[in-house]
Amino acid sequence: MKQYGLMIDNEYCTGCHSCEVACKNEHNLPLGQWGIKVLELGPWKLMDDKHWEYRYIPVPTTYCDLCKDRVAEGQKPSCVFHCLASAMEYGTLEELTAKMVAKGKMASIFIP
Amino acid sequence: MAKLHWKENAAPAVTELEDGTKIYRTNAWSPPGCHAVGCGLRIFVKDGELQKVEGDPDQPITKGRLCVRCLTMKEYFYHPDRIKYPMKRVGKRGENKWQRITWDEAYDTIVEKYHECVEKWGVNSVSVFAGTGREACRYHTPLCLGVFGSKTIVHPNSGWSCLVPRQAVMTWILGSAYVDFDYAAGLPLRYDDPNWEPPKYMLIWGRDPLRCNADGMWGHSMVELMKLGTKLITVDPRANWLATRSEYHLQLRPGTDAALALAILDAVIKTDKYDKEFVEKWCYGFDELAERAAQHSPEWAEKITGVPAEDIYAIAECLVQKPSSACVGLAIDQNPNTIQIGHALYSIFAITGNMDIPGGLFMGQPSIFPGRAQDKKSSEIHEEPEEEFEGIGYKEFPAIPLIVNTTHPDCTLDTLETGRPYPIKFAFIQSSNLLASSIVVQPSRWYEAMRKLEFIVASDIFMNPTIAGLADIVLPISTSLEHEGIITRTGASQPGQFSAIVKVMENYGETKSDLEICLDLYHRLHPDSDDPRWKDTDSYLSSDLARINGANVTFPELRERVSGQYELEYRKYEKGLLRPDGEPGFNTITGKIELFSTMLGALDEDPLPYYQEPKFSAVSRPDMAKDYPMTMTTGARRFTSFHSEHRQIKTLREIHPWPTVEINSKTAEAKGITEGSWVYVENPWGRAKLNAHLTPTLIEDVVSMDHGWWYPEKGEEDMFDVWDCNINNLIPNKENGKLGFGTHFKCMPCTIYRAE
Repeated sequence: MKQYGLMIDNEYCTGCHSCEVACKNEHNLPLGQWGIKVLELGPWKLMDDKHWEYRYIPVPTTYCDLCKDRVAEGQKPSCVFHCLASAMEYGTLEELTAKMVAKGKMASIFIP
Repeated sequence: MAKLHWKENAAPAVTELEDGTKIYRTNAWSPPGCHAVGCGLRIFVKDGELQKVEGDPDQPITKGRLCVRCLTMKEYFYHPDRIKYPMKRVGKRGENKWQRITWDEAYDTIVEKYHECVEKWGVNSVSVFAGTGREACRYHTPLCLGVFGSKTIVHPNSGWSCLVPRQAVMTWILGSAYVDFDYAAGLPLRYDDPNWEPPKYMLIWGRDPLRCNADGMWGHSMVELMKLGTKLITVDPRANWLATRSEYHLQLRPGTDAALALAILDAVIKTDKYDKEFVEKWCYGFDELAERAAQHSPEWAEKITGVPAEDIYAIAECLVQKPSSACVGLAIDQNPNTIQIGHALYSIFAITGNMDIPGGLFMGQPSIFPGRAQDKKSSEIHEEPEEEFEGIGYKEFPAIPLIVNTTHPDCTLDTLETGRPYPIKFAFIQSSNLLASSIVVQPSRWYEAMRKLEFIVASDIFMNPTIAGLADIVLPISTSLEHEGIITRTGASQPGQFSAIVKVMENYGETKSDLEICLDLYHRLHPDSDDPRWKDTDSYLSSDLARINGANVTFPELRERVSGQYELEYRKYEKGLLRPDGEPGFNTITGKIELFSTMLGALDEDPLPYYQEPKFSAVSRPDMAKDYPMTMTTGARRFTSFHSEHRQIKTLREIHPWPTVEINSKTAEAKGITEGSWVYVENPWGRAKLNAHLTPTLIEDVVSMDHGWWYPEKGEEDMFDVWDCNINNLIPNKENGKLGFGTHFKCMPCTIYRAE
């Protein structure tokens, strides 16, 4: 059986939190519980004193079922669908790995 | 010509699922608050209950993507604190004792008080107080002018520091209702349209478009442009997310924007690579402007702004490449030097030939937004007005009525206190929580002045500090899900979203929309009117649509189609599409872009841009800098709120719980301030308590603050502790530019220390 996951584009994730709330809506999660949570890396200035390390990385939690009901109806997972920066993708690991290689930097794949 | 496009094969306005759930398509404006972006919504309703809110994949621009404010709309809609019924005050003003009344009683009281005030003090003693950005903006002018017949429309934002100064520059210098960056919003093929190309460089100046969605633009289109190869240049004292992904981040000293803009202009001219053909054919006063710019070299600006001259020269080489564009925000309005910043900035894009070309700066056609003054030529300024009317602040600031039909904001506070030139006795506060730190400065002074009014009616969704402290009657407002309306970008002056707000839910309690209240009051005050515009919401909205060039759609038709795209042509100046006489050129006195402004000259202002040091900076006031050595900027935007809204939405508070002051980590360490500690920000005008966030994104002596905070959870006692965190108490009133525009939201002196 094929394994599915989420690919996150950390170059373009703007930290808008839409994935977090879209997921809470889909899974009826109460306050204090998250199906996906945006972690913040940085910001700090690199040693060249010019560029920055600053990334947002949404991480699926134990509650993430990759929106199996939505996917069964041919829809995207709610986090992927609502993402303001279109920085998330859903697919098989083969597909996602190919996309990640094509992107070449600042990306991660999560298997919940 | 202007065209309206509909998406082929879009889902119908309503779909019914097997289990009886209906899915309605509509578009968001407000409440909950937003800036008229019109993001597409799919609303799931079963047995009259709102089940969930999702994005609408058929909305041509947002395509389903949605921010957390709309994603929490169910929580907002069913919030137990929503005002359900009209209420009247019992007990003293500000005592927070309320009693439910009927709409009839509310309207009867309003009409009775209206007649009383008109009889005793004249019709202009009746005022409508307006906020910023919400859908109510569409109805402020009709309510005040059309319903009450009064000219006292009040937008109490000090220096009208929101959009209007930029619009003055756009109108007077460029002859356009609005200019903004082009993200192919009106083109059905969007970025795939063969005539469109992405900007090579985008100059983002004093705006955080991802969070603020300002002026109807869809903020994350900036990320789409980045993915298409657009390189960013960010001008901001603070490194926001976009700045960290920019080719250049010009981290200027707060308030010195005009110096930087002039120096970039000088550097662009010095490249000798600007568009000489465009300048020759379409610009007026280049030599004078070039001479002025030459007095403001990048080396000169480096000393003032702190931005290295080499960066200024480097970005000049970027901006001469076509197409390049600019995303210019509120920060330039919030500065008394505002007109000059805009003048210098837009001049850069004019002389580089980036106006109205694909991927450049899109020039808007005349706007139908109610409340904007009609374009007047400078020759008309000195003509006698038709009737003797001294608008509030118009003598002191005659530029105001030339650009907007409101009183001068800061002068209005004087009027409330003195009754001159005429008294204000009646206030309809329409969807504006003005005492929270969003728009007025010196809010406690406004509060004291307004407490003395004869009668105050306020309309809103939730009880807020302004209503609790001031109102006699409260009217409950409906959300976007409970009423009808239209959304066009900047009054259809810009291409892009063209949408209906569709009523999909039965009203919560007895709520009504701003428009419905406006129409009800109209019929009460003008019972014999047979004006078809005011008949009902359909006819009112249809008559608005009828005024939009090339739209040819009635409101019932738009409601059925839900969303469309409004397309305007490029290079309108070549085709005679900018001027009312249909001639090629720009809608200015000279028919050209006025680098040397005849309008500013006619207003006794310098026709060329200049730099003015911020009045309270350490350079201007070294005496003050001894005790208050830091600089504060306020108005930082968050994804989780719109001005003072959303503070009672627990899911959003979980994401951003407290009013935040951002401090450079080194500065904080020196002051013993740790992450999450409560601190006071203080200056001679006042102090505010905020929560510290340590970050390297700010210059060491600069602190950045959230605005609009109050605490719904603290209750109506002490007006929800609105004074505790009120950052606008630290900003003086009536410290505006020469023409009355701009104030010091972004550059006040302060000190900061631990609260405990």
